[in-house]
Amino acid sequence: MPKLTVDGIEVEVPAGATVLQACEAAGKEIPRFCYHERLSIAGNCRMCLVEVKPGPPKPQASCALPAGEGQEIRTDSEMVRKAREGVMEFLLINHPLDCPICDQGGECDLQDQSVAYGRGASRYDENKRAVTEKYMGPLIKTVMTRCIHCTRCVRFSEEIAGVDEIGALYRGENMQITTYLERAAKHELSANVIDLCPVGALTSRPYAFEARPWELKKTLSIDVSDAVGSNIRIDSRGREALRILPRVNDDVNEEWLSDKARFQVDGLTRRRLDRVWIRKQGKLQQASWEDAFAAIAKAKPGASIAAIAGDMLDCETMFAAKVLLKASGSSLIESRQTGMDYAVSSLAAVNFNSTFAGIETADAILIVGSHVRWEAPLVNVRLRKAAKNGAKIFIVGPEWETTYPATFLGADVSVLSKLPGDVSDAFKDAKRPAIILGGAGLAAGAHDAALALAVKFKMVTPEWNGFNVLHMAAARMGALMLGFAQQGGIKDLVAAKPAVLLALGADEVDFSAFEGSLKVYIGHHGDKAAHAADIVLPASAFTEKAGTYVNTEGRVQFADKAVFAPGDAREDWTILRALADALGVTVGFDSFAELQAAMIAEVPALGIEGLADYGSDLPKGDAKADLGGEIRYPIKDFYLTNPIARASETMQRCSSELLHGVEFAEAAE
Amino acid sequence: MLADKDRIFTNLYGFQPWNLKAAQSRGDWDNTKDILAKGPDAIIEEIKASGLRGRGGAGFPTGMKWSFMPKEPPKDQNGNPKPSFLVINADESEPGSCKDREIIRHDPHKLIEGALVAGFAMRARAAYIYIRGEYIREAETLFAAVREAYDAGLLGKNAAGSGYDFDVFVHRGAGAYICGEETAMIESLEGKKGQPRLKPPFPAGAGLYGCPTTVNNVESIAVAPTIMRRGASWFSSFGRENNKGTKLFQISGHVEKPCVVEESMSIPFRELIEKHCGGIRGGWDNLLAVIPGGSSVPLVPGHMMMDVPMDFDGCKEVGSGLGTAALIVMDKSTDIVRAISRLSHFYMHESCGQCTPCREGTGWMYRVMERLRTGDAEVEEIDMLQQVTKQVEGHTICALGDAAAWPIQGLIKHFRPEIERRITERSASMQEAAE
Repeated sequence: MPKLTVDGIEVEVPAGATVLQACEAAGKEIPRFCYHERLSIAGNCRMCLVEVKPGPPKPQASCALPAGEGQEIRTDSEMVRKAREGVMEFLLINHPLDCPICDQGGECDLQDQSVAYGRGASRYDENKRAVTEKYMGPLIKTVMTRCIHCTRCVRFSEEIAGVDEIGALYRGENMQITTYLERAAKHELSANVIDLCPVGALTSRPYAFEARPWELKKTLSIDVSDAVGSNIRIDSRGREALRILPRVNDDVNEEWLSDKARFQVDGLTRRRLDRVWIRKQGKLQQASWEDAFAAIAKAKPGASIAAIAGDMLDCETMFAAKVLLKASGSSLIESRQTGMDYAVSSLAAVNFNSTFAGIETADAILIVGSHVRWEAPLVNVRLRKAAKNGAKIFIVGPEWETTYPATFLGADVSVLSKLPGDVSDAFKDAKRPAIILGGAGLAAGAHDAALALAVKFKMVTPEWNGFNVLHMAAARMGALMLGFAQQGGIKDLVAAKPAVLLALGADEVDFSAFEGSLKVYIGHHGDKAAHAADIVLPASAFTEKAGTYVNTEGRVQFADKAVFAPGDAREDWTILRALADALGVTVGFDSFAELQAAMIAEVPALGIEGLADYGSDLPKGDAKADLGGEIRYPIKDFYLTNPIARASETMQRCSSELLHGVEFAEAAE
Repeated sequence: MLADKDRIFTNLYGFQPWNLKAAQSRGDWDNTKDILAKGPDAIIEEIKASGLRGRGGAGFPTGMKWSFMPKEPPKDQNGNPKPSFLVINADESEPGSCKDREIIRHDPHKLIEGALVAGFAMRARAAYIYIRGEYIREAETLFAAVREAYDAGLLGKNAAGSGYDFDVFVHRGAGAYICGEETAMIESLEGKKGQPRLKPPFPAGAGLYGCPTTVNNVESIAVAPTIMRRGASWFSSFGRENNKGTKLFQISGHVEKPCVVEESMSIPFRELIEKHCGGIRGGWDNLLAVIPGGSSVPLVPGHMMMDVPMDFDGCKEVGSGLGTAALIVMDKSTDIVRAISRLSHFYMHESCGQCTPCREGTGWMYRVMERLRTGDAEVEEIDMLQQVTKQVEGHTICALGDAAAWPIQGLIKHFRPEIERRITERSASMQEAAE
């Protein structure tokens, strides 16, 4: 614990801390461009220079200098002021200063720091450098003349994403940041370099010239594109959500966000359901809310009503549906749209128990039936960290491109009952062994076998729980906590032949099984379910309603409402409340607050932000369970997994260009 | 003048073949086993006592550098001991320097034997000789010489019968000046883009592949066996206090006979030129300026240089440095501003582009220098240029920023009237044209 003084203020910092961290501990702001907490130290921008005694009589880069006992740091001396001015001037001499037409304007580190630490005027009279444009794909817009060569993007790709796609070419003044052979950056986290870029060299292509940051309303929310529950900020202007940015949450998404979560936002304005539709003579026709409710009431469902919850629902909506059905005398609720029927008697057995931060510390990991890169890109980042810490990783399932060394054990799930010797040895020796069971693994019936492995390899101890299920749906854990699961899965609903079927944003269901039911779709996009529905009631997307979400770790998180739903669309709970009146039942809530209170009264864990406690008692499983054979990953196209993404032009373009190799001609400029 | 019997590099001019047999007849590889038998610590003590300072330019005491290497190998993550490495810097790219080239092409076995002795002293597992890409014939010679040494059992398992296993690898660079910087050289050896690393950690702690590494100049290594044979007291009998030994001087430019010559340290500049180079072209009155240590050090006006003892401290006293002892002599026919401007271009071209002041500053300095050359500038811009050099100097990761700044600072310090003359003359002529 070295003690040192910063501008006369004495601070004590943990061993291994840098001078920059010591300065921050002392409350001194140190300007920086290349330094980033989550990336390796490059020390190349030279903006963080401070004066250090004892040491050579020149300023030192504080980001790279270890804090030492008895150091005297000055951040306010003439030497430091001049050094910052000098570096700032150098950074600006070849910077185009095209702030008025730059999308970074208003949230640009270079602007901010030049105001705070710059000279005010340039003495550079020569011609400025210009850099040829680079192509980085449909998400990242490049204006490389603005680049200040901090190499954050290079380090992110190499270290966090694990994809060597971005690098530097040439040297000296001619150094250029580019992708390999100027191909598009293809990985699922590529757009994080936009946030990392301290200047306007890498900006968001879909968001180009859309808005200025000071015009935007910022709303804190939770991402629903996968089950990670990334913390996001929705930037909106008027009634439109314009962009989505990650928020810092070290337990969940650190400060990254998958490309889909970030860029599906333009899908929120396309293919929206903003009117009520009723199918007449096989065709959907516009109608009023009254007509729709009357039509549902006419079906006189009584207790013969069922509800299927979609993948992106908030807990409140699901609870409102549950209450409505209960009041009608039905308990036919299910959330696993694709027909899975794994046992949910113990929630711990279907939860990601290690937590995302915890999985980094695992030393042997068996992934069963999960294409982690596509199903949860940010969990893949954690696995990469675990691998870097020395974890051995094995995967059962068809091969996919991992970003860390991993051994594939074949696509047949039956390998679980006869693991190769070196694999079982690795798990026997491991102190923190873990298993990650993905959706495809559950579908292949590996749940019991995985639980048995957890017992066999002692994955659950008082300090460590290595049994993990990695879901893909943002709503899944919340739905399971609310009881949205039948013993036989969706088959039970089919067997019950309900008079009315409520599909709450459920787009992946095979509706042909519900021939005789009145299919009421309550959702926000004209996607698969709307085509099959008899009545379509327009509801809100995740940006348009407040709600509670539970991620695959069992982490309860609240999201706020950013914008209003378009047209006649309403918040989901209000639709269900009105439907209760139409069906003549009482649900006991008239406001969102009442609904939420009722939900928390029934499932108290949903009222407390943070990890819900499911206990650590796992079922023993069954080592001889019947295994379903070949694993098939459910996600065929990373960019088009949900109705919002499928409606998004950006995601469609990503899919065709990055996954299917369609070439788009660039408009001539 | 250094007596022939005291010369270390006895085949500097290539009058004899470079091969092992000829080298052995000159005394190389003569009972190297005995030198190694003294033990690593004794070798380091002997080198320390000889007062040898690094010949690569910075002049860091060589023995002390070797002593920074760990005696007990550090352990890696899995508890296995890490090897240590010696990296020999033969990436001689400094404008004016050409000594390592002569050593490698005519006396490579001095270097290879030195590699074994130094490597043994610092408990290194292997030596990497990083040779400049443009040295094609020299690299061929070095490859052949290393092969010869392996074949003769002087390297490899039980090197020279000492019981010590030692390998020497020759690695060719690709022609980047910056790869002569020790950490950039390590990066380049690892197969990465040649960019200097941040220090700390210093290479002696974590260098090549994260293992303890020492980077030494060719000359520093090549003189080590001779020092061990003839004793530290012999070596330290040359030169002034703190500047001991003999040194290869490389004199280029406007002297009658440019040459590379081994001389004792601290020889006065005038004596060096008179004895070995046949004097200044056009006589001593015609001497304009000297860059005493390769392009990276400030120039010194001729009249100040005459009696300077050619050693680290002597050059420092006149505001310059000994560097690699590559003297660039310029007579009064030289366009001194253009000469320095050309050096600025070199540094702009060779900046690696990693850190801001050097990447942006070298180009700026060169462009202003080019305008100063023709006088197309304002007088105030000289002060601005001076400030810019100060903004680069000491603010960069490696010393290339300093090296780019110093020649210009030297020029402004000593030749400001000349620059001002050009500016006023040009502005005067422009006014006439306007009328």
